Amino acid sequence: MAKTESTLKNMVLTLLVITCVAGASLGFMYELTKGPIEAAKAAKQKAAITEVVPDFNNNPGEEVYELTSKEGFILKFFPAKKDGELVGIAIETMTNKGFSGDIKIMLGIKPDGSIINYQVLEHKETPGLGTKMADWFKTDKGNQSIIAKHPKTNKLLVSKDGGEVDAITAATISSRAFLDAVRVAYETYTENQSNPTVTSNTSVEEGGTE
Amino acid sequence: MSQWNNFSKGFFKENAVFTLLLGMCPTLGVTSSAIDGLGMGLATTFVLVMSNLVVALIKNLIPDKVRIPAFIVVIATFVTIVEMTMQAYVPALFDSLGLFIPLIVVNCLVLGRAEAYASKNNIGSSIIDGLGMGLGFAMALTILGAIRELLGSGKIFGTVIFPEDYGMLVFVLAPGAFIALGYLIAFINQVKKEA
Amino acid sequence: MEYVLIVISAIFVNNIVLSQFLGICPFLGVSKKISTGIGMTGAVTFVMVIATIVTFFIQKAILEPFKVEYLQTITFILVIASLVQLVEIILKKVSPPLYQALGVFLPLITTNCAILGVAILALKLEDTNIVKSVVFAISHAVGFGLALVTFAGIREQLDLMDIPKGMKGTPIALVVAGLLALAFMGFAGIV
Repeated sequence: MAKTESTLKNMVLTLLVITCVAGASLGFMYELTKGPIEAAKAAKQKAAITEVVPDFNNNPGEEVYELTSKEGFILKFFPAKKDGELVGIAIETMTNKGFSGDIKIMLGIKPDGSIINYQVLEHKETPGLGTKMADWFKTDKGNQSIIAKHPKTNKLLVSKDGGEVDAITAATISSRAFLDAVRVAYETYTENQSNPTVTSNTSVEEGGTE
Repeated sequence: MSQWNNFSKGFFKENAVFTLLLGMCPTLGVTSSAIDGLGMGLATTFVLVMSNLVVALIKNLIPDKVRIPAFIVVIATFVTIVEMTMQAYVPALFDSLGLFIPLIVVNCLVLGRAEAYASKNNIGSSIIDGLGMGLGFAMALTILGAIRELLGSGKIFGTVIFPEDYGMLVFVLAPGAFIALGYLIAFINQVKKEA
Repeated sequence: MEYVLIVISAIFVNNIVLSQFLGICPFLGVSKKISTGIGMTGAVTFVMVIATIVTFFIQKAILEPFKVEYLQTITFILVIASLVQLVEIILKKVSPPLYQALGVFLPLITTNCAILGVAILALKLEDTNIVKSVVFAISHAVGFGLALVTFAGIREQLDLMDIPKGMKGTPIALVVAGLLALAFMGFAGIV
């Protein structure tokens, strides 16, 4: 088969045809993968929530509500309920005081405000230093761990700032930022408890007191 | 050239990374772990094979003057397909590879093979060429990834070989990528000379 | 103030070549002499800035409103490829000596991952707008040039040295690039 000549008409036509076929196939692929992509995102979120709150049998993703912190961040609250009773709330919180930018964590708290667990979702901190926060603040060593502590009764700041928590060695800024994200979550949660701007979808009494 | 030679040249004689020095960006950018290197290598292989196939199929329909833009559209289409598929089925790998997935479209290896081989050979040979070059690329990335992961964090493919505290952190960071690849190429050049 | 942060971050802290691994091929290929390095930087800056502007508008005016963001890769690379063709044609007419000097490097700019990379990254900036994107693009081009010219300077010196045979050429260049990257790591945390 002889090669097609490079006339203007041929060139424009071929490019047009190729682009149309490309566009169509991509549109088709998009429809095909749209569902699985959404499912993957939902699964990832569910995994983060499951990690930080006790056993639940509701669907926190469906009962999510958003609140704005006083710093202007939009936080997502995922209530975890077992047999209708609130057992924990997973809060997607953040801070912009990280060493290299924003840090996002999923914090799990009991309805009374004490910390169950956390998972670092996104960050740009220095590998080997700030990245240690993924496990540092859950490790039961010295005064590192914030698990089971309560932001109201325990001073959740680094010891340099007069608090109770041991910062990551050589990563004070990342540690401060991490605890800041915890503070933002707790403050926004309690702010909403006293001035409810959001009502839950179900008519279950929110257990626990402030 | 026999089909076996066509396939195997991508692994040693004309290895994309070690000999041709093509596709350097992903080679340095995603090899902080063996699994990332392998994932990127396989994604690139898919794009390479599919684009070689399509280019070989329509090579006579494309006027010579617009062949580069035409090849680019074909490659970009398959890159986007890979992007969507990875996001749907291997989201963790998709997150790790990040920006480098769309960058497969500017991987000089892919455009290079389309231009140098697929546009001049039949479909069967082009597919084999794509497979060989792609898998050779994947092999190089996996090897570099394994070396960096081992030296930097004491693991290979996530399996702990020695505790992370004894690792040399620099190897999973930017400088380590350059240095590791430099020594790896030096080593391979030496082996080639003696072979 | 935010713009100062963008500029410093792009040139030093998140240098496109030395910490983000984009633009490595020209970095290794064109850095043998300082003069070619400067020429390449000029061409890259031009294409990078215009590409970022055009792709920004395409994203905001076409891709997002029509919900076809998945066409981003394909449209962006076509824009870049066409821009490079355009630059070639214009340069040939306007400044033949410069065109000759850049020679084969011009078409190679299309496959410069830094250009596509910066175009995509510009859209990921917080509250991105066209001014921020332009500043971002110019800064990254400067960062590219800084890395390239510094590296070229070192390589010109390396050529005069006695290097073990196995390391000559690419291997030693890579190791030196690694040390340069290590130096740039010192900028982390400034922003």
